[in-house]
Amino acid sequence: MTLATIVGRYARLTKLQVRMSAVTAMQYRGDFLVRGLLSVLGMSVTLLPLFIVFAARPNVAGWSFPEALVVVGWFTLLRAVLEGGVSPSLTAVVEHLRHGTLDFILLKPADAQFLVSTAKMEPWHVVDVGGAVAIFAYAFSKLHRWPGPTDVLLGLVFLGLAVLVLYSFWILVVSAAFWVVKVDNLSYLFQSLFDAARWPITVFRGALAFVFTFVFPLALMTTYPSLALLGKLHPTTALVALAGGIAFAVAARGVWRRALAMYTSASS
Amino acid sequence: MTVAAVEPPRGARGLRHVVRAFPTLLRVGFAEIIAYRAEFLVWVLTTNMPLVMLAIWRAVAADGPVGRFDQTQFTAYFLAVLIVRLLTSTWVIWQMSMEIRDGTLAAKLLRPIHPLVAYAAEHLAAVPMRALVVSPIVGVLVWVAHDRLALGDPRLLAIFLLSLLGAWLLIYFTMVVVGALAFFVDSALGVFDLWIAIHAIFSGYLIPLESLPSWIRGAAAVLPFRFMLGFPVEVVVGLLDPAAAARQLAVQWGYVVVLASVALMVWRAGVRRFQAFGG
Repeated sequence: MTLATIVGRYARLTKLQVRMSAVTAMQYRGDFLVRGLLSVLGMSVTLLPLFIVFAARPNVAGWSFPEALVVVGWFTLLRAVLEGGVSPSLTAVVEHLRHGTLDFILLKPADAQFLVSTAKMEPWHVVDVGGAVAIFAYAFSKLHRWPGPTDVLLGLVFLGLAVLVLYSFWILVVSAAFWVVKVDNLSYLFQSLFDAARWPITVFRGALAFVFTFVFPLALMTTYPSLALLGKLHPTTALVALAGGIAFAVAARGVWRRALAMYTSASS
Repeated sequence: MTVAAVEPPRGARGLRHVVRAFPTLLRVGFAEIIAYRAEFLVWVLTTNMPLVMLAIWRAVAADGPVGRFDQTQFTAYFLAVLIVRLLTSTWVIWQMSMEIRDGTLAAKLLRPIHPLVAYAAEHLAAVPMRALVVSPIVGVLVWVAHDRLALGDPRLLAIFLLSLLGAWLLIYFTMVVVGALAFFVDSALGVFDLWIAIHAIFSGYLIPLESLPSWIRGAAAVLPFRFMLGFPVEVVVGLLDPAAAARQLAVQWGYVVVLASVALMVWRAGVRRFQAFGG
């Protein structure tokens, strides 16, 4: 098979999986409305601490209010990607593992990691994407300047990188399920740590700053993309972050394959 | 099939019955915590938000105090939040909604003890382990802010301990009320998320209540959320004088009585609707 046919095949598969999720979601239209409403409420709760902190001080750890809002915008956007596109699928893998039904996926003639990662999406999180765009618009109108085309481009590259890193972390969590099975609370731990990404990395000092930059790189997920959009990202930082993120994704894929190799199915 | 619940004995005999069974229930709960210790530790680690807020508020207060709070006060406040939260949190919402949905509740209803008592015992059994995990944090708190803490005043210390118990009961009974929603709607988890978000603002979890804008502060003063977290914390870090603390302790226990009755009512109505799947 040539590369082009492989890419074409997986593009068709992706489309199919997305359509399946959309059809499932459409069966629960009432749920859609309630969830959308809850998202809006959730967003206001996200913003409230920020308003209160910046009511006390015009600048916190080198960030002004509109600049910190950009970080919250990235956080909202990434959370939408995480909760809408990444975590439902990967939570389903843990279920498959416990019930032994992962066998059916492994038998299919496509890459297992691809299949499990696209199995389930929650399209109503599109509401959150709208919220993120509104937050960006408000933040930049308060800054009285708009990001240039190169800033937007760099921001988008970092969005891709952030999604890749988030996804890789999730794959690692799921791989852990092959060894310890009961892993659903690891996903809560993951989400509770991700919650800290709504703040610029510079507010953290000492051990927390180290952990959130190098171990669980929240800086890479929201702070660097924001700096890119604000035109303040240092090129060296950008390059190092890019290289680090890609290396991490490759390593996560390796761990997944190791985990899969030792999978023995729950039934046999 | 509708499961007919065995009526536990009522009145004084019922109470004696519960008192006799409770230590055994506690032992069972404790054994379960020991068996799933890794899981227990991961749950404890998910409570990390107070440390994040601690970092943020310290950064805010780096160039001067915010209201009554300087950096040390913020450290004391959020370490106390972490301690109180770890000691008083339960997971009864998730447990109830799961057991109602997959029908395992039926087995609990057949036992000759009220399921709410059984749940309470199971969750209280986690407190000793939680206390063990919390003890180093208490050490840090005392080391950092011993001169601010209310440890010297025996009245405040007594009020603090009573308020901790009150907070535990308040959280337990409100969680039962919210968890019992699973009797009436298929997916109550969205409501839980909303509940957690509202709780975070009005209980003083993210922001000390006196730093809130006045309109939220007014609402927070009368809503029960504050008595689940903010009140015990404010007592122990010395933000309240003994007279005010005693008054608020009375309010807290008033709320405990009200919510306990509501929880019992909702539970009774829910069980009447409950039909175990596959029974």
